[in-house]
Amino acid sequence: MLTLSSVSKNFGGLQVLQDVSLTIPGRGIFGLIGPNGAGKTTVFNLVTGLLAPTAGVIEFFGQRLSGMLPHRVTRCGIARTFQNIRIFKEMTLIENVSVALGSRPQYGALSVLVPSRRFREAERRETELARDLLARVGLADKAERPAGMLSYGEQRRLEIARALATEPKLLLLDEPAAGMNSVEKQQVMDEIIKLGESGLSILIIEHDMRFIMGLCGEITVLNFGRVIAHGTPAEIRASPEVIEAYLGREG
Amino acid sequence: MDWLESFWLTYSTLVLSVGTNILLALSVYLTLACGLLTVANAAFMGIGAYTAGLLTVHAGMPFLFSLFFGSLLPALVALLIGRPTLRLSGVYLAMATLAFGEVVRILILNAEGITGGALGLNGIPQLTRWFDVALAVGLTLYVLLRLARSRIGRTMRAICQDETATELMGLNVRAYKLFVFVLGGALAGLAGALNAHFTYFISPNEYGFERAVEILAMGVLGGTGSPWGAVIGGVLITLLPELLRGLGHYRPLINGVVLIVIILYSPRGIWDLLHPARGSAGAPATH
Repeated sequence: MLTLSSVSKNFGGLQVLQDVSLTIPGRGIFGLIGPNGAGKTTVFNLVTGLLAPTAGVIEFFGQRLSGMLPHRVTRCGIARTFQNIRIFKEMTLIENVSVALGSRPQYGALSVLVPSRRFREAERRETELARDLLARVGLADKAERPAGMLSYGEQRRLEIARALATEPKLLLLDEPAAGMNSVEKQQVMDEIIKLGESGLSILIIEHDMRFIMGLCGEITVLNFGRVIAHGTPAEIRASPEVIEAYLGREG
Repeated sequence: MDWLESFWLTYSTLVLSVGTNILLALSVYLTLACGLLTVANAAFMGIGAYTAGLLTVHAGMPFLFSLFFGSLLPALVALLIGRPTLRLSGVYLAMATLAFGEVVRILILNAEGITGGALGLNGIPQLTRWFDVALAVGLTLYVLLRLARSRIGRTMRAICQDETATELMGLNVRAYKLFVFVLGGALAGLAGALNAHFTYFISPNEYGFERAVEILAMGVLGGTGSPWGAVIGGVLITLLPELLRGLGHYRPLINGVVLIVIILYSPRGIWDLLHPARGSAGAPATH
């Protein structure tokens, strides 16, 4: 469904990505790993339209994404979370999710001006939908609270609920378990597996090897902006290039 | 009803100014609520005032038409300059809109043949009645309150907090920004058109930097949490100098001190002070 063909990205003279090709064939959970500064988040920024590639083509279901505005990419069915959490802290959880529901409005602009049953009904449906999505990530009981009061782990889960509200086909998770303890990590893993089973494709960036090896069927490894390995967790674990990138060369 | 008549004779301009200033405050509320620091509203007011004034004086247009074109032209100008300038954010946007304001002022100043230049436009008939202003304020407030409570208002607050995240929720942030900018332009223009028809005389310098800052102060002081915040800001900024009239030479000084104290105690505006439950979510409520 998602293909990056020979994608490169330069920031001035700095080559962040060089000739990266990557395919997400269909359903499943996929991993994107690599040492710090390997260019993982840049891949997400390119796919979601926040950055434009210097060279190469990104396609989603055969449609060219490169050059598309971010909100259009989202409407194509790609949603993401962020490495540094970006929830709307001063809004309630319900409102956070409702914003994301707004890309397919339940009512027209005119019914905003005139009080009508249709408007109230649509608002009520939207709230219900938001509540369902919050329940999916286990935050239903905090729906009316301001998002800024959530714990770190809960904020990450809210981000996932908000991403789901855009009805994605592909979900990009940028370090979903960063800064969590092992219990919370296990919870997030279970949730991601559930999401995968519901028919969503998921691409995860993560540093925690145990986490990523336990989740993903296929893993791509980036180092210094290049793809150095691609395969199953077992293949990645055995790859000399990957071991070298992470641990250095022996002798 | 003698006292009412004498009150009106003395204070009619002030009362009408309260109304038009509320409109101006609402116009800047729209952009501030999206986190956009624009100071072009004084210029839009000027465009509206001159358009309406000239149409009434020279073309003999009916008042309603003058008002209509007085809002339409600034809205069109906002549409034109909004596309390039709204790509900027923060102080850069403020600088660009400030520069635009100066361009408008100097344009009006130098187009002597049409606008009367530095001498201003004289003899605009006093057509604005109190209920015209009341109706304009009432309608605007109604629409903006409805907007604020709908998904549009929710999206505006989201853009204010995190533009990129909002964009990645599939929302056309650029379109929203342009929408509030254009609507704000139309409102400021309407305020200018109404204002021109009760002050008898308008001149380019009324729509310069000082006015721009005053409008911004109304929006910030009142608070951007709700359109009601803009109403509070508009009323306060208009009435405060009048209430302090007894202080003579010290009036501007005390006026400034009052504003500073308010902002120190409630940096997010008076509306936030009155409704601490909403908005100030990050910090625990202090009782």
